[in-house]
Amino acid sequence: MRRQFVTTMERQLDEDPRTVILLGDIGVFAFRNAFKKHPKRIINIGILEQATVSVAAGLAKEGFIPLFHSIAPFVVERAFEQIKVDFGYQALGGHFVTVGGSYDYAALGCSHHCPGDVGLMQAVPGMQIIVPGHPAEFDALMTQTFASGKPAYHRLSERSNREARCVTFGKAEVVQSGGGPVIVTVGPFLDRVIEAAGGSDATILYYTTLAPFDAETLRQHAGDGRILCVEPFYEGTLAASITSALRGKRIALSSMGVPRKFLTDYGHASYHDAACGLMATDIRARLDELSHV
Amino acid sequence: MPSPLRDLREQIIRAASVAGEGHIASAFSILDILWVLYHGILRHDPGNPSDPARDRFVLSKGHASLGIYGILAQRGFFPMDELKTFASSSGRLGGHPDSRKVPGVEASTGSLGHGMPMAAGMALGLKIRESASRVVCIVGDGECNEGAVWEAALLAAHHKLGNFTCVVDFNHSGDRALMLGDLAGKFRSFGWEVTEIDGHDHAQIEAVLKPHGGDVPRAVIANTIKGRGCTDMENNPAWHHKAPKADELEAVLAQLT
Ligand SMILES: Cc1ncc(C[n+]2csc(CCOP(=O)(O)OP(=O)(O)O)c2C)c(N)n1
Ligand SMILES: [Mg+2]
Repeated sequence: MRRQFVTTMERQLDEDPRTVILLGDIGVFAFRNAFKKHPKRIINIGILEQATVSVAAGLAKEGFIPLFHSIAPFVVERAFEQIKVDFGYQALGGHFVTVGGSYDYAALGCSHHCPGDVGLMQAVPGMQIIVPGHPAEFDALMTQTFASGKPAYHRLSERSNREARCVTFGKAEVVQSGGGPVIVTVGPFLDRVIEAAGGSDATILYYTTLAPFDAETLRQHAGDGRILCVEPFYEGTLAASITSALRGKRIALSSMGVPRKFLTDYGHASYHDAACGLMATDIRARLDELSHV
Repeated sequence: MPSPLRDLREQIIRAASVAGEGHIASAFSILDILWVLYHGILRHDPGNPSDPARDRFVLSKGHASLGIYGILAQRGFFPMDELKTFASSSGRLGGHPDSRKVPGVEASTGSLGHGMPMAAGMALGLKIRESASRVVCIVGDGECNEGAVWEAALLAAHHKLGNFTCVVDFNHSGDRALMLGDLAGKFRSFGWEVTEIDGHDHAQIEAVLKPHGGDVPRAVIANTIKGRGCTDMENNPAWHHKAPKADELEAVLAQLT
């Protein structure tokens, strides 16, 4: 996804003179060609995330479409209030693209983990939240939202689904439809959900846009109200969106995501998948549980 | 004559190589400073890491964790062998140091711009308690981009934290983004006493880090080379966050000085 991010943004720099990219001292080598070609509009801004967000807001006020890229905790958590006021409240367009969501940077420890990014961004009214599950989906969703005039958060993941889906901003996709429970899942978790649901009659709804949340698709496919949400960030992050979409309907909601505690072990992301109970087998067990409700 | 730090560098490289992870060059940048700090400057007791009478050290640029782990192991806070567990799921030595796990680590750092203000808070606490202990921290030059560093610089001078020393590991890795300009002058204008040294010259490091009296915080601008002690890593951004693969290991070790 990171490589696609570079390719997509090189194209945006070429095609849209309003594009300005601010790198928080990461990804500098990957963007080396862009630095040569567009020295004025791609800047290694340094390690000063709070000021960077406000500077980006200033650029937006001058008619540019700024994009700030760094590691999730340093964009979202460090500079959160700047994002809320400068972009949210002032309703400015711009993009925040992060790596290192949840425990993608497992070995670097809790300072570099960020399972709370999407939950925080949900607290900024008007923020568009995008979690692609494949490089091609990042490209599509960035292109569709690039000039939307609203702020957008794009969470890049270290792991991707095997195949890209034809995604549309703001829309969920019905991956499979059956009479059983409905699985709501997000971005890079789709493959393991498909694996977990193999041979079951579950419906699978695939979300890459989390805000605005596609309530309509969920309402149409909610079946008898048994919902399993499998989310790659803090467990329960999408619960409010789901319950609000199904207001007035009797539902049984079961959420699986990153547990709300500090993950103090290091190692690789796959270790944490297992430790957090987020493997396909864990998902299948929860689905079976819900099937008997 | 082989440098007394050569062995330590080897241990660090081996640990990173096993883990496939680590900021080796950042650790090497400050290894001489750490060595001197833990050989005659900081009061510390590996057998009693929370001794109230100890001096405090905070590695604000926490990504150089391999450096502090190496020195703490060398001093006996834990066995040198433990370095082999670096960044593993079962180990306690993570990519960034954790004060809740690792004896001798005073603050969990990793997010740049936290350690220095925490260290200032510790110095303020010690001053309120009229303790004789002092606090030393190391920040990176890139880290000095962070506003929180300068906010802490303001308040350390205001609160007359003479028990506080901030060493800037000035290896110029940050120049590609933002020039810090006259760093000594900046600290001076914030009310700090400032000394510039060669951050690899043990005699200069020792002289400047000896306890000093007074009520003015001290900044040490340590001119350093990122990756110091391993030829290919020196001032080479490609080595910022990278570990040698098993088949590269011998070639990298051969470059150690
Ligand atoms: C708040 C924050 N932003 C970004 C990073 C990612 N990061 C880790 S090390 C580094 C460069 C630090 O430069 P410097 O302080 O000069 O240390 P050196 O690389 O020289 O060891 C960056 C940007 C971080 N750890 N914390
Ligand atoms: Mg540096």
